[in-house]
Amino acid sequence: FCLENTDPRTRGRGIQLLSQVLLQCYSLLHEKEVLHLVLFYESRLQDHHLVIPSVLQGLRALSMCEVLSPGLAVSVLKAIFQEVHVQSLLQLDRHTVYSIITNFMSTREEELKGLGADFTFGFIQVMDGEKDPRNLLVAFQIVRDLIAKDYALGPFVEELFEVTSCYFPVDFTPPPNDPHGIQREDLILSLRAVLASTPQFAEFLLPLLIEKLDSELQSAKLDSLQTLTACCAIYGQKELQEFLPSLWSSLRREVFQTASEKIETECLAALHALSACLSRSVLSSDSEDLLDSFLSSILQDCRHHLCEPDMKLVWPSAKLLQAAAGASLRTYHRITRSVLPLLLEQYTKHTQSSQRRTILEMLLGFLELQQKWGHLEEDESTLLSLQAPVCSVVFSALTDSSVQLQLVAIKALTVLGSLQGFLSSSDLELVVDHLIRLALHEEDSQSSEAAMEAAGSLAPIYPKVFSGRMVPRLEEELQSGRAGKGESYHDHCSLRQRCLQALAAVSTHTSIVRETVPVLLQHLQKVQKGSEAGNTQDMVSVCQSLHRVALQCQQDVEGCWYFHQMVVPCLLAVAVQAAMQESTHTQLGKTLLEEEVLAAMIPVISAATTHLSPELAAQSVSHVVPLFLDGEVSFLPQNSFPCSFQPFGDGECLEAQRRLVALLMAFVCSLPRNVAIPQQEWLLRELLALSCSCNCPFTATTAAKCFAGLVNKHPAGQQLDEILQLAVNRMEPSLAEGPCRTQALTLLLWVTKALVLRYHPLSACLTDKLLGLLGDTELGPAAADGFSLLMAESPDVLHKGCHADVRIMFRQRFFTDNVPKLVQGFHGAGPDVKANYLKGLSHVLNHLPKPVLVTELPTLLSLLLEALSCSDHVVQLSTLSCLQPLLLEAPQIMSLHVDTLVTKFLNLTSSPTMVRAPPLPPCHTPLPHSLCCPDPCLFQAVRIAALRCAHALTSLPTPVLLPYKARVIRALARPLDDKKRLVRKEAVAARGEW
Amino acid sequence: LIRSINDPEHPLTLEELNVVEQVRVKVNDAESTVSVEFTPTIPHCSMATLIGLSIKVKLLRSLPERFKLDVHITPGTHASEHAVNKQLADKERVAAALENSHLLEVVNQCLSARS
Repeated sequence: FCLENTDPRTRGRGIQLLSQVLLQCYSLLHEKEVLHLVLFYESRLQDHHLVIPSVLQGLRALSMCEVLSPGLAVSVLKAIFQEVHVQSLLQLDRHTVYSIITNFMSTREEELKGLGADFTFGFIQVMDGEKDPRNLLVAFQIVRDLIAKDYALGPFVEELFEVTSCYFPVDFTPPPNDPHGIQREDLILSLRAVLASTPQFAEFLLPLLIEKLDSELQSAKLDSLQTLTACCAIYGQKELQEFLPSLWSSLRREVFQTASEKIETECLAALHALSACLSRSVLSSDSEDLLDSFLSSILQDCRHHLCEPDMKLVWPSAKLLQAAAGASLRTYHRITRSVLPLLLEQYTKHTQSSQRRTILEMLLGFLELQQKWGHLEEDESTLLSLQAPVCSVVFSALTDSSVQLQLVAIKALTVLGSLQGFLSSSDLELVVDHLIRLALHEEDSQSSEAAMEAAGSLAPIYPKVFSGRMVPRLEEELQSGRAGKGESYHDHCSLRQRCLQALAAVSTHTSIVRETVPVLLQHLQKVQKGSEAGNTQDMVSVCQSLHRVALQCQQDVEGCWYFHQMVVPCLLAVAVQAAMQESTHTQLGKTLLEEEVLAAMIPVISAATTHLSPELAAQSVSHVVPLFLDGEVSFLPQNSFPCSFQPFGDGECLEAQRRLVALLMAFVCSLPRNVAIPQQEWLLRELLALSCSCNCPFTATTAAKCFAGLVNKHPAGQQLDEILQLAVNRMEPSLAEGPCRTQALTLLLWVTKALVLRYHPLSACLTDKLLGLLGDTELGPAAADGFSLLMAESPDVLHKGCHADVRIMFRQRFFTDNVPKLVQGFHGAGPDVKANYLKGLSHVLNHLPKPVLVTELPTLLSLLLEALSCSDHVVQLSTLSCLQPLLLEAPQIMSLHVDTLVTKFLNLTSSPTMVRAPPLPPCHTPLPHSLCCPDPCLFQAVRIAALRCAHALTSLPTPVLLPYKARVIRALARPLDDKKRLVRKEAVAARGEW
Repeated sequence: LIRSINDPEHPLTLEELNVVEQVRVKVNDAESTVSVEFTPTIPHCSMATLIGLSIKVKLLRSLPERFKLDVHITPGTHASEHAVNKQLADKERVAAALENSHLLEVVNQCLSARS
């Protein structure tokens, strides 16, 4: 009844109801019913315009029916195309039309194709003039399907292009608070997919792209270039032919003139794509080779610029040529044939090293491209025919006095070496000699490092040459004992250092490792025994070299096991021997037990252990643990020792042996988690006892770390609970009072860290204990510093690399659990211990991932600002280094406090002059940090950090800053005259920026 | 401080172009004076004033106020040496030049560090 009402509104409501019902139950309809309904709805399309939206809804429901009989889809679409003027409908209804089309396209492809080009034309009319981004996304998708599924476009290609290309380049800014979340980027990508979907558009699209490329708008240029690159993937010679000259001239102009790096990159990518596209096309015998003429024009325009290495256009030209050359092997040959001889000739023509460097850098760029094509082909390569001149140019650059030129030459050498079969064996020997010379005798450390690096990357390719020529030379230099004539002792030392570094650098192949490791170990033993005992630095260098070797052979199973077997027992043997000698009152060997040397050995053992397979590690652990627990020395080389080794025994003279717990820690804490440690309970008890009772801070800390490392990996269960209970029972009384409070605190910190990392329930209780200690006048500052230890990555134990149980986001969790308590504690604390809470807080914040910090910032900022006025310099420093990245990342929030920030930063930039008033010894001699209470370096660091923050302030919005400009510039004039150079440097940077 | 200033025309710094050299910079900390001689690339270089201005501005921004600055062309290396030196020595003209927003932008571009 409603459906036949004379009032269009009522009729509309009736149809709406019917459509709603259909939308719910379209899947239940039968074929006959559908037919009937379709006919009804089609006729309704002619009805009053108020009714149309509901009619379309109904049709949409029907378009989803599977039982729609053949022919109906076509007739529905025809009716819509004929009767409805889509663009005069509302957005939602237009969307309905697109949905109907999409539905039919996905289910009735064959029928629609039967419509031929009429369907395309109908659709063009439907979408012509569409403005809404939501609809456009759907419409673009339909056009893409039209093309991809090969619908007949007939004579309407140009119309279809027009109706889509009129949106190019997309200019759309989503309204704020847009609930649909359509970004400009979505539209750009979707339109690009349409435009670059068929070569048929080429004749219309390319002129459009060139036009937009010539426009002034940056975004239009970028979009055109990216679209061009996308098009090249499907275009061929035919499409491009006509437009190549103008495309090239536009690209050239952009690269030569643009100031924007982004546009340059896109231009080069487009040129690369164009050349690749042209090289892909198959040539018919009679047609002209477009690639050849295209490349000729590029060469013609760029070649002469290469001859002027002083001028601005050198690099753009070189980049253009390289982009084209990188497209295919053919383009590479074509371009290098012309360019390489030219560059070589230019190199000899120009004599200044800066010009030579530019030329060599360009040459290097072309050489690197050759790598992409893999091995050289005998007959074709231009490079092979130029082998002699290229080599002579590179070698001459290696001997040049300019460091910059040397560096480029070393890079070029690496590339040449990686081209299989390029260097002859005599050249190779020359290369090795050059590298040895640069690595050992070049004064500039940059060159020498680069040479070592190059040796390292070439060694795996030519292991024989390096192990046969370089290693013996290095060994010889290393053992040459006394300083040669005219060399000072210092020179000799640095030569030895270089030898050690080079030995490590070149150990990048298993066969070479087998040569170098014995040399290094031998040297270590020699230093330890030798008359020159006392040379700590030398030992540390050997350890650093061994560490580097260990890292290099970690990935290789066999090499890793070889290294482990060779090095770990040897280091242990040397150390044990030194400890024994110490206990029998000899002065020899003392060097080896210095903290610095032991600390250098830790990473070696750790790196040699972390990558072992569980079986091999188990084999090794069954030797090492008994060594420490039972003094079982039989597996060590040269194991005849004067007395027994018992690091956990009591006794005055065993102090030296106890220090070796550091090596035990390096080993057991790096084992994979599934390796069982023999007698673990016993070991844990001994470590616990040692860490609580030992007077030597180094030993106590190491024992605590070792204990923590084991506890972290210990499987959960009763055993773990027992051992933790034992630890707590030991810590509590000594924390409360007594001589061992510091040791107990260290143990508490490390155990807490081990448990926080693995989310152990006991960690909360231990953290609370730590929070309580912040209020302690004696231990408070140390406990506050401990928060930094808890949050930071520790270098030797308890990190992912040594297989520790580290849960993700433990920092965030610690933050949410404990920061409220810290803040509360701060408010409740007495004036003398307030600083401790601030210090702890700023340590926690400092290590928190920045995104988390930014969200929590508003609540914490006032506290941080208060921390800046705190007189403790560690707090100041830590707070400043926490604020600096925030200034860069959350300028909006920070601008609210700009007034306070400016004042505080400016005060701190010159603060030490006030603080320095009480007599502080100007501490020039490198005293150990702990001896000079407020470290003068700290003042400097605070000033530097404050200046960096002042610098970072410039990233706040300009309107916020302008009121302070004059004041800041005036205030920053003072640190320009600071006593310390590093401070002046920061001041110059900050003031310049302001 | 001035080695990394960019040349207005070339992609290189003043140091790389040998426009400024260490031997031609004299600093006397005790008397608070700084004297810089710079050598334009060619005798007719039209950018000599701009280069001089850039050096001067950089030093003004980076040195403590106690220093007296003297920036001039190495004698005998530029056609209108005297005129340029006079312009650079004139405080008011330097100040006026920095009021010109276009000129200031060019100078800032020369001073912006290449990272």
